[in-house]
Order: sequence, then C-alpha cells, then structure tokens
Amino acid sequence: MPSPNPELRRQVIAIYKELLYLGREYPLGFTYFRPRLHRAFMANAQLQDEEQIRKGISRAEFVRKEIEALYYLKRYRTLRKRYDGV
Amino acid sequence: MSALRILVPVKRVIDYAVKPRVNKAQTGVETAGVKHSMNPFDELSVEESVRIREKKSAPGGVEDITVISAGPTKAQDILRTAMAMGADRAIHVEVKEGEDLEPLSVAKLLKVAAEQHKSNLVILGKQSIDDDANQTGQMLAGLLGWPQATQASKVEFGENDSVSVTREVDGGSETLRAKLPMVITTDLRLNEPRYASLPNIMKAKKKPMEKKTLADFGITAERRLKVVKVTEPPVRQGGGKVEDVDGLVSKLKELGAI
Repeated sequence: MPSPNPELRRQVIAIYKELLYLGREYPLGFTYFRPRLHRAFMANAQLQDEEQIRKGISRAEFVRKEIEALYYLKRYRTLRKRYDGV
Repeated sequence: MSALRILVPVKRVIDYAVKPRVNKAQTGVETAGVKHSMNPFDELSVEESVRIREKKSAPGGVEDITVISAGPTKAQDILRTAMAMGADRAIHVEVKEGEDLEPLSVAKLLKVAAEQHKSNLVILGKQSIDDDANQTGQMLAGLLGWPQATQASKVEFGENDSVSVTREVDGGSETLRAKLPMVITTDLRLNEPRYASLPNIMKAKKKPMEKKTLADFGITAERRLKVVKVTEPPVRQGGGKVEDVDGLVSKLKELGAI
C-alpha cells in the first residue's frame, strides 16, 4: 500500500531510523526497545490521511527529544553522585 | 577583539555506565570488549565551544573549533562524535592501545598543538572519568604561560578580549576575569551537551580529520609514573541487628565505642 505522499514517507523512515539509532543505548537494552518501536510504527502503518501522518511524525519527534533528555539526565545524575558527593 | 580559535582536547574513555573490572594482573582495568565513549566532561567542553559560536557570545566571533585526541584508532569515533556536535575539524594523534599518555605528556602535546593551531582559547574537561587526574588543564596553562580558569560553571565574554568565568566553590560561587589567550576547564553544570544525532554523524564524516603521530609534536610516550597495583574496593560488610537497648549497649561496649 504505497503512501500517497512520498515526502511524508521519507520523513517517517528518517525518524524511524533515528529512533532505532537512539535505542541502541536504551537503559533496558536494544532488545527491549526495538520490538516496541516497531510495534508503535506498525500500529500507525495504515494511516492514509496526511494530517494524521504529520501528527504521528511530530509525536515521534517528541519521543526522540524525551529519550535524548532521558539519556542526558541519567548521565548527569550518575556523574553528580560520583563527583559532587550528593 | 580577536576572533576565537578554540582547541578542544577530548579523550576516549570507558563509558560511564559500565562497571570497570580490574584485570587479572592487577595492573589496570579491563578495556578489551568494553563499551567506550567520549569523556563526559569533554562533551561539556565541545558543547560550550559550539554554544559560544551559536549564541554569538564572543564579540569577535568564533573562527574555528578544532578537536584533538590522542589515542588508538578507535579514538576517531569520538572525534566524529565531537564534529557531529559542531566542531569544524579534528586532529587524531595515533597512540598504540595500552600506551596511554600521562597528563604531563598530554599537556606538552597540547602546548605544541595549541601553538600550531594558533589557538587563543583551550577548553578542556576538568578531568577524565578513567584516571581522574584533574591535571592536564593546569599543566597546559603552566606550560603555555596562559591564565587558567578551572571547573567553569559559566563563561562570559567582555570587551578587549576579557573573559569572565564563574566557578562553583564551597559555599557559593567565584568569578574570575582574565584576558585571552586562556585555558578553561569545564565542570558538570556548565551546560547540557546535545546528542550527536545520526544525520549529523553522517555529515561529520565529510569534515576534515588530520592524522598525526607523537613524533610530529616532538613527544615521546615516556613514563614517569608507575602503577604499583590496582584492586577492587573492599566489599561492604553488612550491619547487624540488636534485640533491645541492653543488647545495643553490650554490643557498643564490645566494639569499644563506650
């Protein structure tokens, strides 16, 4: 079932790849992360409405930012514990 | 006001999340097959130099950001990450695996590198999370004869090449002001380093990376320090429970506390 808009299709694949890349460092492991990511994308695979697809992409962007923030905080807190003695 | 030429030394270390294991010979920690990444304090210094450029906080602007690392071939991955975060160029100084440089050798190397690069600002991590020496920045400033501001939590630029650096000290903060050229080392709360995203890492592959050897800098990997022994910290002894007050008193007497 080809997507009606190739540009949106490209964007979806790009954000999927980026999330996969991020997931390699996921605290619960890549084997936990990958099937869940796949499922989340497959659940929306049948979307045809462009507006709905755009919404999905922005949600994926949001998740990307959340994961980046999670990694940053995890590292910051570990280092603070080690070096600031709090 | 001169344009900034920033040199950012980075180090490839065992990832912060990995629990290091002492090797069988008790000469160091096991590095083979262990995940490595950029020293977190160095990420802060890369981020800070990129932010100085993006926020245009330096009146003269930023002309160049060069990252440099001395280490095995895999250190190039770390340099790519730094370029993905926004550095312009990288210099990789090839050092064989297991022939790590000591802080003084690194400082001597960086002195030559800073002179060749015509840097007027060197931003280093305050220490690496593997050796925790906290020496390189200070030694470099001493060798170059430049002012130093260690453990920076804020960096601001003023008129006539002056730089104000705020650092966290016991019971408050301290502000240092100095003129370029200078050496700054970063502390944990300086900024929040960005994540090197996949597309940026791909783009960073096109950025130039120079490959050099220690001989190009006139340095030899001499060892002045000797590691006598590396051991794991002692396992924590569990506590015991007492039934009542009398039990507690007798236990304390037994231990010679009262």
